[in-house]
Amino acid sequence: MKAFIALLLARNKEFYRDHASISWVIILPVIIIIAVSIAFSGRDQQLFKIGVLMQDQEKMVLPDVLMKSYIEVVTIQDQAKALTRVRHHQLDLLLQATENGWNYWVNENAAKGEVMQSLLLTAVPSAHKETVSGRAVRYIDWAMPGVLGMNIMFGALFGVGYVIVRYRKMGVLKRFQATPVSAFQFLSAQLVSRLLIITVVSALIFAGCNFFLDFLMLGSYVLLLTIALLGGFSMIAMGLIVSSRTDNEELAGGLLNVATYPMLLLSEVWFSLDGAPQWMKMVAQTLPLTHMLDAARAVMLEGAGWQEVSMQLLVMAMMSIVFLSIAAVMFRWGKR
Amino acid sequence: MQPILRIEHLRKQYGSVVAVEDVSFSIAEGICFGLLGPNGAGKTTTIEMIEGIIEPSAGTILYRGAPRARNFLQEIGIQFQATALMDFMTVRETLQLFSQFYDQTEPLEELVRQCDLGDFLDRYANKLSGGQQQRLLLALAVLNRPQLVFLDEPTTGLDPQARRNFWQLIKSIKQRGATIILTTHYMDEAEQLCDELAIMDRGRIIASGSPQQLLREHFGYLYVCLDRADCEPVLHHFTDTEMHGDRVFIRTQSAEKTLQALMAQGVSLHSLSVRNPTLEDLFLKLTGHHLRE
Repeated sequence: MKAFIALLLARNKEFYRDHASISWVIILPVIIIIAVSIAFSGRDQQLFKIGVLMQDQEKMVLPDVLMKSYIEVVTIQDQAKALTRVRHHQLDLLLQATENGWNYWVNENAAKGEVMQSLLLTAVPSAHKETVSGRAVRYIDWAMPGVLGMNIMFGALFGVGYVIVRYRKMGVLKRFQATPVSAFQFLSAQLVSRLLIITVVSALIFAGCNFFLDFLMLGSYVLLLTIALLGGFSMIAMGLIVSSRTDNEELAGGLLNVATYPMLLLSEVWFSLDGAPQWMKMVAQTLPLTHMLDAARAVMLEGAGWQEVSMQLLVMAMMSIVFLSIAAVMFRWGKR
Repeated sequence: MQPILRIEHLRKQYGSVVAVEDVSFSIAEGICFGLLGPNGAGKTTTIEMIEGIIEPSAGTILYRGAPRARNFLQEIGIQFQATALMDFMTVRETLQLFSQFYDQTEPLEELVRQCDLGDFLDRYANKLSGGQQQRLLLALAVLNRPQLVFLDEPTTGLDPQARRNFWQLIKSIKQRGATIILTTHYMDEAEQLCDELAIMDRGRIIASGSPQQLLREHFGYLYVCLDRADCEPVLHHFTDTEMHGDRVFIRTQSAEKTLQALMAQGVSLHSLSVRNPTLEDLFLKLTGHHLRE
């Protein structure tokens, strides 16, 4: 235990004294956030969007007044999902045809909802009104978990991967091998140190960006932290696998890119895979970042609790165990 | 008395290349044992197999009569030939870190005094000069009061003054009762420090014993050395000669007789020197090539 703590503290010192890399770890995501918020804050959707609740493939007949080119109409089957979208201002109006006429839901906090409502009432004055309330989900609210997750992913994989490969190349690992320190003590110190670093950095980015952008966070902070820790853990364990044998930094860099790029593209960091082919969604399910972002968005945007994200937590825990076991079996101190 | 280390038929093969072939020796407790040989002779591979860093292809390694157990690493100290320490850690922090790995350790002040680290204790360990770094690495090798210390080419790259200081350090470690295994390609280092030697070439041990014993065994003579230009015309009077560049080495049992004979021939003695054979001569005799080739 004392060897573990000594290694942990030493690794932390090494990190925070390396000003060049620490500033990069913090500056890069801030640049991303600023770029994202500038790029998306001014972009107002001109189109109105209304949803129609429909079972089966009935033919949709809407009042003429709503059949306009500037109104996008989508059909939805799941009422709960549809209402969530109304709450988040993603739908301006939700309609349902019943035997007694039209029912509609509108968000009383949404200006565009009010416009659509008055338009509907001119044609169908008898329509039955239901209201929901909720804050608009902007793109930045959706993207924020992605940005944090991406930062955790890069911090986890590259942070731990490069450090260990460099240690091996320079002979630092060989020096530790000559002491009674076990590979387990050494690797767990690296893992915990890196986990601390990415958690602190992510918390700073979270707080800093929240100050400027005031993004949506509906759920529990403890749950969100748990998700970050588990996701970070599983991706650090991936980094340990990549760095388990090689002393070649270029090879390690290539392997780390192979590990990170699929997650960057498929784990819904910047865009949703809703419209993507099924096989792509299946591949995404094998990536830890997908589950981490899924859970984080559920907590932040929908206020999901432990129960709702238990599946993602379980998957991340299992991935962590599997990755760590592989890394432990594969690990070599030496160059070959 | 049981040797502290006994090595039997040690072998290491990388693919089709045999780095170490059938190496056997044993080391008595408390001595300084040297592996002397040129670069690439297999010295480092041999001691790294003993240390447990490299897995041998075949052979037995016995520490105090038994295979190395878990606490072997607690009882040994190692100074590698090429190694690095963590970045952004001072000398003091590095010593403190390593001392956390061992059950018993030397007090920090004692280590600092012994290895003369006082001047750069708060400097980053990767920003030291060659001699300072070697002293720190030696301090790390002995901070657990090891019974067995491995030093792999400890003075390579040091200037002559730093080497001499380093030898003093090694002698003081030996005086405390530690057994030392040292590899070197410097014959003067081997002569200065080692009680026993094994001379290695191309993966094998080609001779072993104490330096004096080895020289006695292989050389029953002295060298009388002269410039070639001074003695060329009379060389046919001497049967046992070697040419080394423009120097002539005359092997002789009796320096007096040879000098008398040279004077009788009227040879100028201004370039004369008389010396005993060295380990370098021994290596040349055994292998036909020099140590530092």
